[in-house]
Amino acid sequence: MPLRKENPLLSPVNGLLVDLPSPSNISYLWNFGSLLGLCLAMQIVTGCFLSMHYCAEVGLAFASVGHIMRDVNYGFLLRYFHANGASLFFLCLYFHIGRSLYYGGYLKGPVWRVGIVIFLLTMATAFLGYVLPWGQMSFWGATVITNLLSAIPYVGTDVVQWVWGGFSVSGATLTRFFSLHFLFPFILAILVVVHLIFLHIEGSNSPVGSKTPVDDVVFHVYYTSKDWYGIVVTLMLLSIVVYLMPNLLGDPENFIQANSLVTPVHIQPEWYFLFAYAILRSIPNKFGGVVSMFLSILILFFFPLLHRSWLRGLPFRPFGRMAFWSFVVNFVLLTWIGSLVVEEPFIIIGQLVALYYFFYFLILIPLLGEVENNLLFKQRKKCDL
Amino acid sequence: MAYRFNRLRDISNRLQDVVKMQSRLAATATEDGMKSNRSLWFALGTLAAGGLATGYLLQPNVKAADLELHPPHFPWVHKGPFSSLDHAAIRRGYEVYRQVCAACHSMDQLAYRHLVNVAYTEDEMKAIAADAQIEDGPDDDGNMFSRPGKLSDHFPKPYPNEQAARAANAGAYPPDLSLITSARHGGEDYVFSILTGYEDPPGGCTEKEDLYFNPYFPGQYIAMAPALYNDVMEYSDGTPATISQMAKDVCTFLKWAAEPEHDDRKRMGMKALTLLGMLTFASYYYKRHKWSVLKSRKIVYRPSPHS
Repeated sequence: MPLRKENPLLSPVNGLLVDLPSPSNISYLWNFGSLLGLCLAMQIVTGCFLSMHYCAEVGLAFASVGHIMRDVNYGFLLRYFHANGASLFFLCLYFHIGRSLYYGGYLKGPVWRVGIVIFLLTMATAFLGYVLPWGQMSFWGATVITNLLSAIPYVGTDVVQWVWGGFSVSGATLTRFFSLHFLFPFILAILVVVHLIFLHIEGSNSPVGSKTPVDDVVFHVYYTSKDWYGIVVTLMLLSIVVYLMPNLLGDPENFIQANSLVTPVHIQPEWYFLFAYAILRSIPNKFGGVVSMFLSILILFFFPLLHRSWLRGLPFRPFGRMAFWSFVVNFVLLTWIGSLVVEEPFIIIGQLVALYYFFYFLILIPLLGEVENNLLFKQRKKCDL
Repeated sequence: MAYRFNRLRDISNRLQDVVKMQSRLAATATEDGMKSNRSLWFALGTLAAGGLATGYLLQPNVKAADLELHPPHFPWVHKGPFSSLDHAAIRRGYEVYRQVCAACHSMDQLAYRHLVNVAYTEDEMKAIAADAQIEDGPDDDGNMFSRPGKLSDHFPKPYPNEQAARAANAGAYPPDLSLITSARHGGEDYVFSILTGYEDPPGGCTEKEDLYFNPYFPGQYIAMAPALYNDVMEYSDGTPATISQMAKDVCTFLKWAAEPEHDDRKRMGMKALTLLGMLTFASYYYKRHKWSVLKSRKIVYRPSPHS
């Protein structure tokens, strides 16, 4: 037996990356899994080096970032790769989740649920990390988002002060956010392993959505070469942003040191949180807004229950496909609304697209599943009889 | 004449043929259910494009709502994806900062050493640093003392603290300029427009005490007095010190100050993109090569005779 199969340390790696049977027909949309692995690894490595020069103290945090940019050798590269790497992380996450929604990957329950936990924890990590440079948007973003917890009945204010470690976002908040921002990626890494272990029980889904291994090939060299190609292309795109327009996705406000006495005119999160932010702002009631925002993510847990179709994915379901793409457009609209000031006509547009977000999950998915079951299968049964 | 008429008839016949052929094609397409599908997609596409266009048209209304003039896009030489900063302008811009801006604005993230090999030689910079008096200490007797500046010193601050700055400037706080082009929407275009945009309040706008009308500033009334006048200073290289010249130079200097890695970063970008570009082709070729057998096989479906 070759070493890679009998060695107890190598055999799991062999099972994950070498001899793993994989469907021969999975498209480039299946590259985003390995790209997310790349993102996590890149964030951990650059973040580790950044933490050697960063100082989590309210008087020094902003200046220490300046020190990284000006005095640390290649510090600007570390920081730009880390900051833009977060955007890449979410871009890949959205493609990865979108792929799963389209092809019915969520029907693999454990993989899907661990995946959502990974998504939530990544959002938390990104939020914590954005606070660390201690710019204006860091400070006020932290203030706005932590205050959402105050919507919890009875204990809200206590919970918020417990999270802050004081009576406002302050030094204690910054140090604990730094600790957690350092810790979470390692929990993420463990969850990624769990995600993969569950994935390999059933194996990858495919565009056709077939259940049995019909036409499998070994992972290495087919998918190592394909994933490597995806990684190079992605690094190319990331490099264009990092080297040529590193502040494209940033907010000018965050180049001003945090000041609790001056509120920025427009407080808004980074682009990857705008859809949830738009949902939050569309609900006129604070508690309702917070619940809707958390539900916009948690609703993904119920997706397997809402799936009524006898088919796994959308490639053979024209109505489901149209609804899916309308959902994608809706998601982009939510992101756009989240970046705008709260005034008409954007309030009503925001409320409509926020409504459609939930309408898609709760009504369209089960309804179209049943409709298409009837159109595609019931009719044929009659003919057969 | 007859020839022309024949030619016209010829063309019209041909056109009619084309129309007929197209309608026949369209008819076949309808039979296959293709045309309806296509027109559906066309309708959906038009709808989506219309929606996006409406959104785009709505967006400027928001911008017009705040009564503020947005800076134009100036043709900075460093604007190109691979263009470097104009280092002669950085040098002149530092002269403007030192002689004009530094009276009120700090740049606390900048040290004299940062300018070495950027706009000055080490000796030149040592001489400039030595002109400044830096507070150091405490000495062995426990007293603070002043000494000439060194390369490792940060630029001296004009005011000891924010309160002193506000007291000296009618309550306004001159912001630190270390990151100013990154910290404002519009970047160096905005800073240039502020510096050159002062004007008398137009009809309908009143004069305000200690405030100056500037259409580019949010709120239009800025506490900073116009700082640049023709020949307010002299350039060491003899360049005529006009307002726009000084504004352009100081903006280039501030751009460098906010992004001192600017030139290195773009140079590294050229190398990285060249390498990754070649690697992209190589990786694609490798992937295609390894997949060629799988991709070129033929799969035949033979239904079982029993079913």
